[in-house]
Amino acid sequence: MKMTKLLMAIAIAGTISLVSCSPKDADVKTAVETQLKAKPDMAGAMVDVKDGVATLTGECKDESCKAECEKITQDVKGVKSVINNLAIMAPPPPPPPPPASMNTMLDEATQQKVKDGLKDINGVTVEFVEDKAVLTGEVTNANRMKIMQMLSAAKVKSDVSKLTDKK
Amino acid sequence: MAVQEKYAELIQSATTLGVANLAVAEKDGVLHVSGTAKSTADYDALWALYDKIDPSMASGDLMMNIDIKADAGAQLKVTTDSTNLNIRSTPTTEGEIVGKAAHGELVTLVEKTDDSWWKIKTADGEEGYAYAQYLSPL
Repeated sequence: MKMTKLLMAIAIAGTISLVSCSPKDADVKTAVETQLKAKPDMAGAMVDVKDGVATLTGECKDESCKAECEKITQDVKGVKSVINNLAIMAPPPPPPPPPASMNTMLDEATQQKVKDGLKDINGVTVEFVEDKAVLTGEVTNANRMKIMQMLSAAKVKSDVSKLTDKK
Repeated sequence: MAVQEKYAELIQSATTLGVANLAVAEKDGVLHVSGTAKSTADYDALWALYDKIDPSMASGDLMMNIDIKADAGAQLKVTTDSTNLNIRSTPTTEGEIVGKAAHGELVTLVEKTDDSWWKIKTADGEEGYAYAQYLSPL
């Protein structure tokens, strides 16, 4: 009799597991998730499985990522079909340019004056550090004086240590 | 007072040349000298002296903000190297070019907008802003 009871218990348990699909769907879901989470690009994808149909939602960075997600899901054992509702992420906004005033206390208008003044002097570049215009390049003596006069007019201190004399 | 001593000859010269509103002040190791020179020749002489005292003007310890006396209506000579001087609609190089003044041409000062840009008028009646660096009062 003990044997019979045991067999019956096994049979009942077997029937329950056959009838109910949910535990199996849950296993499939876990399997798909494991696969998707393994790829950093696909970390934004979510999956839901119902009766063997996997529905993908969430975000992917591009079309190829979206297709790849679908393929990976399709290949998981127990997935009958895939509904791919993945959205393509908007491209990340370009990083904002560092403000021109980051390294300098000189305002835009002042910087522009200096740049305007250097426009006609070839071979000299300027960057602004703290309260100074740091000039780099090769100049004639006449141009060196022009630069200094222009900086004085714009009321900007100078750093000409990187300005060399043209031979 | 070290900086002031270094440029003592320059300040003496500015006084002798009769630079108007001459102001000399030392701040954070930088000597600020400002005033209005009587002529372009005086202005050039002071800058030459600066270059002599501080070879290549490399120390960055002098801010010589000297302009040249020029009132509205004064004649200015275009002192570009050889090219035309652009006359623009606004006092920046972003401004639209509304005219050109040739190298050596004489133009009339309308107003000193700031130390870098002046409003000028050509003999042809073109009016706009030009970079003051290339304009020398006569």
